[in-house]
This record gives sequence, structure tokens and C-alpha cells, in this order.
Amino acid sequence: MIDSSWLTEFPDMSRRELLAIRQSLDSAYRTFSRDYGESIENFFDPLLYFLVWFENLLIETPWWLVLAAIVGLVYAATRSWKLCSGVLAAFLAIGYFGMWEDTMRTLSIITVCTILSICIGIPIGILMARSDRAKSIITPMLDIMQTMPAFVYLIPVVMLLGIGRIPGVIAVVIYAIPPVIRLTNLGIRLVNQETLEAATAYGATPTQRLFGVQIPLAMPTIMAGINQTIMMALAMVVVASMIGVKGLGQPVLKSITNQYFTLGLLNGLAIVALAIIFDRVSQSYAKRAQKHLEGTENG
Amino acid sequence: MDNTRETLIEIEGLYQIFGPDAKNVLPKVKAGASKEEILAETGHTIGLQDINLSVKRGEIFVIMGLSGSGKSTLIRHFNRLIDPTAGKIKVEGDDIMELPVKELTTFRRHKMAMVFQHFGLMPHRCVLDNVGYGLLIKGEKRAEWKPKAVNWLETVGLGGYEDQYPSQLSGGQQQRVGLARALCTDAEILLMDEAFSALDPLIRSEMQEQLIDLQENLQKTIIFITHDLDEALRLGDRIAVLKDGKLVQVGTPVDIVLKPEDDYVRAFAKDVNRARALTVQTIMTADTSKLEGISAKDVRDIFPADRGHAFVFNNNAYQGVLTKQQLDDMQDDDLLEKVLIKVPTVRRTNLLQDVIPLSLNTRFDLPVVNKQGELKGRVEASKLADVLSP
Repeated sequence: MIDSSWLTEFPDMSRRELLAIRQSLDSAYRTFSRDYGESIENFFDPLLYFLVWFENLLIETPWWLVLAAIVGLVYAATRSWKLCSGVLAAFLAIGYFGMWEDTMRTLSIITVCTILSICIGIPIGILMARSDRAKSIITPMLDIMQTMPAFVYLIPVVMLLGIGRIPGVIAVVIYAIPPVIRLTNLGIRLVNQETLEAATAYGATPTQRLFGVQIPLAMPTIMAGINQTIMMALAMVVVASMIGVKGLGQPVLKSITNQYFTLGLLNGLAIVALAIIFDRVSQSYAKRAQKHLEGTENG
Repeated sequence: MDNTRETLIEIEGLYQIFGPDAKNVLPKVKAGASKEEILAETGHTIGLQDINLSVKRGEIFVIMGLSGSGKSTLIRHFNRLIDPTAGKIKVEGDDIMELPVKELTTFRRHKMAMVFQHFGLMPHRCVLDNVGYGLLIKGEKRAEWKPKAVNWLETVGLGGYEDQYPSQLSGGQQQRVGLARALCTDAEILLMDEAFSALDPLIRSEMQEQLIDLQENLQKTIIFITHDLDEALRLGDRIAVLKDGKLVQVGTPVDIVLKPEDDYVRAFAKDVNRARALTVQTIMTADTSKLEGISAKDVRDIFPADRGHAFVFNNNAYQGVLTKQQLDDMQDDDLLEKVLIKVPTVRRTNLLQDVIPLSLNTRFDLPVVNKQGELKGRVEASKLADVLSP
């Protein structure tokens, strides 16, 4: 009789073959990272300098000056004293419980990650909105980025760049960028067709349509995407701390291994406070920037 | 109507077929396959079929049809918001299908302006910036176009609304902004896609009146889309009736009402209350010959030989009607004002229903004057009667 074991057991490849594949891929990647690791690292150097500079700026400036600057920014963005006093109270509590420095580190990395995500994400979103082919290519990539466990793509990043801030930033950006891309695309696609037609009919060039009509009208949706991106970046703080990103994540990590309940809770609450502040401030800024939507509908 | 005007826009053999492989379906459509056959065989939809029409400079050309007849598709060909599958669109003799992108943009900026059914305003720009949009994208400085935009806003009756946002205005006001935006570009051709259809009846008729008033001074070439025959008759110098993507009839409002070419148009025309749908414009005889003077000797030599009576003006102000009989009975120095018969004037925009009682009250023609009181023509009772009795 012919061998019929495939009926009961999955006809998988032999362990030796699998091992060979793994080894060849691993060694190929290792060679790649040995050959190009340094130049890639050099490529990211300006970003690293900026990160370090920004972090030091936040930490070395006297706390009351930083606090005043933050509250000032919040007021400029929202014009709401209520929100300002909330922010002030949250930061005073954070400082009082001894988490000021970690919070500043986290604040700096989140700010940088958000700016990076916006700078990369919005152009990609625009590209996606303009071409259905680009959309069909990018969408599955975004799906993978959002569902792939962060640890999996941390491995190649760490192999390439080692442990530190840059791999942390890359991991956070990979995880946090999809919402801003998706919602930029969605926002532009949802722009009223007649309004766009009107722009074309009056002789607007594609650039004038994009910056004069599509992006401004998509802004509420894009702002929602940015808001989501910030939230997801904050959610990555603890994971990023595993590859050496300093900040509020590290005490949390320490608490898990040593079962320090209170330390974990305090740092967790500080992350939550940052998240709420970012969320409320960005939303209220977005609302203020869209003042034309406040009109009473009486058509 | 005045048939001597030159042709401004010409559309020749225009086809629009929707579907992935329209070019290859075209021969079948040209061979005469029906809409249903094409849809069943190829999955393509015929939007427009063999459209040929010409629009004259300075006229209001109305394209009328029910929803699905292809009228909104058709108007989007005039400025190439949609490219046809086949056909020529000539403006002043140049085929705009041949224009490269850059020149097409220039063409849109200078030649045509468009008013949309749902206004198509930019919700994030204030009313003033909406009105100036056409000039803004040409690269004109705000300081340059602002007075113009303010002026047009005042013309459409929205002075003082400059800093509002569109969402703060009512539908009628928004469409006035849309109209001001179109007029602000100084484009010669105005495309109006169901411009008044989204407005309630009272506002709609107000806007129609305003458009007619504006047109009297502006003399733009207007292509107006509507599904409402009453509106078409009221505004149009000529009307094209579109059915299932084909032109059924092109003619003056009177032609459409009085000489429908097929059952489809007949069914439309049947329900029209002619006295309410037709204006003086449709039946008036354009004739600006008038008598200017105060005594019999002033007018004796210029009295039209073929007419029994004529309109007398003095310093461009209408005085009354003078009959041939009266004139013959008068001495040279007799003053005209003693014998003139006071026949009321009418406007081009008056509906026939308002003119009927005036006409019944006199045995003379009614003089048609414009806003400034200048003579534009006359209404003959016989023509009025012809139009009203089906």
C-alpha cells in the first residue's frame, strides 16, 4: 500500500528544511544589517539628535517654566481656562508623585512620534485618496501594521539599530501611523463632489483643489485620525520601554517584574493623564479651527 | 426671437456611454442598437446619444428633461467636467475637446462659470471668499477682487453678508451667493445646473425674476438645466427637450407649447397653464420704432405707414398711444398730449395672465418697456389670443 500518513498527519516540510530556511533568512538579514546597519543608523542620526535635544530641553528647563509653556500652548490651542486648569492640576500631581522626569521623556518621544506620523501619514493618505491602485496596495499594509504584534517587528528593528530611542520611535510610528493615513484618505474621499466640481469648473488646478478644497474640508476627519494616532502612540509607551526607551513605561515594566502595584498604578495613571490631555486639547483645537461648522443650519 | 445672433457654442455628434469599454461599444450605439440591448449585451449605459445643438450668443438656452434624461450629464460636457465618448464641443469655433490640460484650465477660468443645484459653495470660506473664488484661483489679489465681489453680492441682494459662512444662510441665499460667484468671474457663458430646483416655489420664482432682470443688462449666454417646464418656458429663449439621452425637440417656448413634435413633448405641454407659464417675452414683437415729440408736426413724417397706431415718447418717457386717424385730424401745432390714449405699459417679464386684462381693456397693442422705460416691443392682442387657445 502507498504511504497514506498524510491523511492523519499534516504533510508539513521536514524540520531540517524549515531550519535551513530560517537559517538562510536570518543570516541574510544579519549580513544585511552588518553591511548597512551603520549607514542606516547614520541616516537616523539627525532624528536622534533632535530627540535627545528635545528631551534634555524638557528635563533641564526649570519645571515651572515647562509647565507655564505647556499651559500657554494649551490656552493658545483651545482658549479654555477650564482645560488649562485641568492640565495644570494633572502636571502638578505628576510632579508631586515624583514622575516629572519620566513624564517629560514620554512627552518628548510622543511629540516626536506624532509629528513624524503626521508628516509621513498625511502625504500617504493623500496619495491613497487620489489613486485606487495605491489604495489597494496600501490598505493591506496598514492592516498588517495594525495587527502584527509589535514584538515581531521589533526584532528586525533591534537587530538593525540595536536598543535605544530610534528603534523605539520606529516601533511607535509603525503602530500609530495607520489611523492618520486611513482617515486622511477617507476624509478626502468624502469631500462633497459638487463642491469639488465647482472648484474644477472655475478653473482650479489639481494643486489648488487639493490645498484649497479637499484638505480643508477633510480636516475634521484628518484631525480625528491625528487624535487616534496620538492615543495609539501613548499605548505603545510600555512596549517601547522594553527596547530601552526611557520614560513612564520603564517603571511600569519594573512593576510587572517586581510586583510593585502602587508604582505601576501611579505611572499608569500618569500615562492616562497625558492621553486625556492630548485628546481633549487636540479635539478642542480641531473644533475651534472649524468655526464655519458652527453655523445654524436653516436651509 | 432675434435669429440673427451668431452661434457661440456648437455640439456635434456627442455620445456619452458609461462603462469600462465605451469606445468599443460606440459603433453598436451608432448602428442604432437600443439602450436596453446595449445594457443587456455589454453592460454599458448610454448617457447621451447623438446630441447636436447650437447655442447663440446672448440667449438663455434651456435644456429640459426628467431625471435620468441625461441633462446634468450634458451640461457637464460644456466645460468638460465629463469627457464625452465621441463628439465635438465647439466654443467660438474651437473644439474644446482638443485643448490640453493647461489651456482647458484657462478656458474654464475665463469663458464659463457654473451654478450648481446644491450650490457647491465652499463651506470653509466666508461668503465674500466664495464669491471671489473664481478670481482668487486666477491669482488675483484679494484687494483687487474684493470691491467686485462686494458689488455682485449687493446686486443679488446679499449686501452685508460678506463675513457669514454658507451654513449660516438659507438655501435661497446660498444660491444667490452661487450666482454672484458665477457673475463675478465676468465669464461670458453661464452654466446653470438645476440652479433653482432645490429652492422652495416662492424663492424659486423670485430667483427666476432676478435672473431675467440681470440678463436684460448682462446679455450673457446662459445654458440652463431644469426638469420644470414652467421654469423652462419662463426663462428660455429656446428650449431643448431631452429624453433618455436623446434630443426630442429644440425650439422657442411658443414652439414647445404650441407645436410639440412628439407625444412626449405633447404630454409635457398639455398640463401647462399657458397664461401662467408664458411671459410677454414669448409673444412680443420686437419693435423699437416709436414717435418722439410733443406736437403733431413732430411726428407726422415718422409715423409708420403700415400701422394704425404708434407709441409716443417724450424725453424717453412713455406718453400714450396715437392713432393714424387722430394724427390725420390734427393741425400741425396741436399738442399730442391732448389726444393721447393712455394704454398701460408691460414688461418683458410679465406673465400673460397679468397682461390679459390690460389687453382686453384696449383695442390697441400694449407697449413693452424695460426697467429704464425704453421701448422694446409691443404685444398684439391677436398673438395673445393665439397662444392662449390651444
